[in-house]
Amino acid sequence: MEFEIPLKKWSGRIKEVTIGTGKNSITIGGEDTLPFHRFEGNIPKKPVIAFEVTDVYPSDWIDVVKEPYNEYLKNPVDWAKAAVEKFNADVICLNLRGTHPDRENKSADESAELVKNIISEVDAPLIIQGPGSSEKQDEVLNKCGEAAAGKRCIIASALQDNYKTVTATCQAYGHIIVAESPIDVNIAKQLNILISDMNFPFERIIIDPLTGGLGYGLEYTYSVMERIRLQALSGDAMLQMPFICFIGQEVWRVKEVKVPEYVEPLWGDMKKRGIHWEATTAVTLLLSGADILVMRHPEAVSIVRKTVDRLMEKP
Amino acid sequence: MQRLNHCNVRVINKTGDKMALTGLEIFKLLPNTNCKECGFATCLAFAMRVAAKKINAEVCPYLSEEAKEKLSDSAVQPIKLIEIKSGDKSVKVGEELVMFRHEKKFFRQTLFSICIDDSKDEKEITEKLENIKKVNFNRAGEILKFDLIAVKDKSGDKQKFCRTVHLVKNIIDFPLILISETPEIVEAGLNEIPGDKPLIYAANTKNWEEMTKLAKRYNTSLVVTAENGLKDLSELSGKIKNKGLENIVLNPKSSNSAEILADYTLIRRCALEKNYRNLGFPTLLYLGDEDSFINSVIGICKYASIIIFEDLKEWEYLSLLTLRQNIFSDPQKPLQVNWGIYKVGEPDDKSPFFVTTNFSLTYFIVSTEIEGSGFSGHLLLTDSEGLSVLTAWAAGKFSGKTVGQFVKESGIEKCISHRNIIIPGYVAAISGELEDCLPDWKVYVGPQEASDISSFLNEVWLKENKI
Repeated sequence: MEFEIPLKKWSGRIKEVTIGTGKNSITIGGEDTLPFHRFEGNIPKKPVIAFEVTDVYPSDWIDVVKEPYNEYLKNPVDWAKAAVEKFNADVICLNLRGTHPDRENKSADESAELVKNIISEVDAPLIIQGPGSSEKQDEVLNKCGEAAAGKRCIIASALQDNYKTVTATCQAYGHIIVAESPIDVNIAKQLNILISDMNFPFERIIIDPLTGGLGYGLEYTYSVMERIRLQALSGDAMLQMPFICFIGQEVWRVKEVKVPEYVEPLWGDMKKRGIHWEATTAVTLLLSGADILVMRHPEAVSIVRKTVDRLMEKP
Repeated sequence: MQRLNHCNVRVINKTGDKMALTGLEIFKLLPNTNCKECGFATCLAFAMRVAAKKINAEVCPYLSEEAKEKLSDSAVQPIKLIEIKSGDKSVKVGEELVMFRHEKKFFRQTLFSICIDDSKDEKEITEKLENIKKVNFNRAGEILKFDLIAVKDKSGDKQKFCRTVHLVKNIIDFPLILISETPEIVEAGLNEIPGDKPLIYAANTKNWEEMTKLAKRYNTSLVVTAENGLKDLSELSGKIKNKGLENIVLNPKSSNSAEILADYTLIRRCALEKNYRNLGFPTLLYLGDEDSFINSVIGICKYASIIIFEDLKEWEYLSLLTLRQNIFSDPQKPLQVNWGIYKVGEPDDKSPFFVTTNFSLTYFIVSTEIEGSGFSGHLLLTDSEGLSVLTAWAAGKFSGKTVGQFVKESGIEKCISHRNIIIPGYVAAISGELEDCLPDWKVYVGPQEASDISSFLNEVWLKENKI
């Protein structure tokens, strides 16, 4: 048999989604092939990294991941600025956990004010992540969406059982919506159908398949992403959206990043261990198609950036 | 004729363009002369063996070109099984069937090999080997450890190489990879370990004839390398196969991360989807100094059967061993377990009682943490349709009422004398409703993270409940 390298051409293509406006805008997606398969297809945009910034002091973050931001942690605006200026964040992810009723229970208005300040002082597109509890989520995201009107932020998130208000918010104020599904291809597709049935444009939807950290569900996320991406490339328009993965939030809770070296000497240096735990999770999900990665530790981010650079070198 | 239709082999990939032939279909392509040169009495018998993947159709000397073309689809395993042995220890790679783990599973996990350099002194080598032996973690019931030792001829000195092989063999029982470009040195190493079946690294365009002879004579496997891409690699492996050596492992010698992803993906694709016999072998990735951590993640996820590391730090191997376990786990195992009471350790009527969801990952994490705390416990998993705690709660499948109902139905009241229940910290909000549902019970709000279960039991639980 004549030797012929079997290259694959797909009929589908992932939508390009532009976040932010003006000189701060950034575009993701547009792939017409499997992740980083530049030898047989086109990958017009590189994956981007969002640095997570919390609206209140992150008292439950361990020292290893607080340390790079020490002076800034009490002021989210300064923190976001540092992430962009010191660590080259492509995007800022503002996690509004302080609005949760069981925590500081900050008001939607306070959050909207914070969003306004960040937008005016920080040169990067913004992800606005709600507190997660249903009633507060809609109110907070709506007020913040309004405060950021016209700035093409990413609003996280819409769920299958609670998507209408968030979709309306994104529709009204020109934002991009994160459609979150619990590691399930069918629900991911169904949610995109529901959102687009409200006349919401495909080019402003991003899929969050729900990230499991290394050792805590990573392979479930990896496989559901591969399945979604394969379906998308095979022509399923309802799944042709870029992926967002919230990595830092999953990784920095687990046992393996918290146990000191003297307790488990075979696990090695705690700081390097946590950084590699986050980097491994992120690189693995790059290989399954992550287009935006929301991360915490700048050294883990460096490893991920290097990976993207290497994989984007034409073979 | 009816019986032959049972000799079906399953579809190789989901796109369905590689449906395997039945015994009857194969028989129709044979000369039907019953010449017996294949070793079977009739063409019919031979056809059945081919359909069952027990023999390659090419064994028949009288196949037409057309038959050969059609029958190549019914070849034995598309990726050869390779075994590497030392004494009674054996590791295997190969026999993979899919491009994506969700299509079925990845059958044999990537083998990790650590390099021992023969130019180092005995003390340093011994220390490195002792550290390698210590890497032995139990995670979810599986042992995570390294698999192979690669002894490298750095010295160019036959004696040194042999002494090192001998030293390694005395300290550790892992199967070996012998690394040298010089056949004479490889042979000397082979003579140090008679009866073993190491992997020889490697045959190249200059030394392949001698290396092939060695591999055949000593009955070992051989890594085949090429400098100029898959076409050259395929040609060299074809030449080696024609000399009668089938135990081949491929190293395309990719020069960077992008090439690694391309080369190893294409080799697997050639083997599974095009049935290129010359590339139907497991692969080996020999990491350089540059980007070795990133490249090992790529290798584990994307089709490297064996990875050789010069060295690995603790924080690197902890991540990589866990990643390997994750990627090679069986996706067909259900994400949920049956609802009901699970015993952790040897609980009695005074032991703590926990409730959580029946997502299999949740069950694994929580039961591990209870076990690790030194306490025994009763663990009730509710039927949350496999959703995790927060997801189930958000979906209304883990409310106070739901949990209360499951507690009543579970029969836990027969197992414990107290009426205390520990709920996951993230769903503290359900305690009121749960207490209404179970009026004789006290609800403890446990920690948010399972990893804090131990301190919760020691600091909160123990104070109020003498066991």
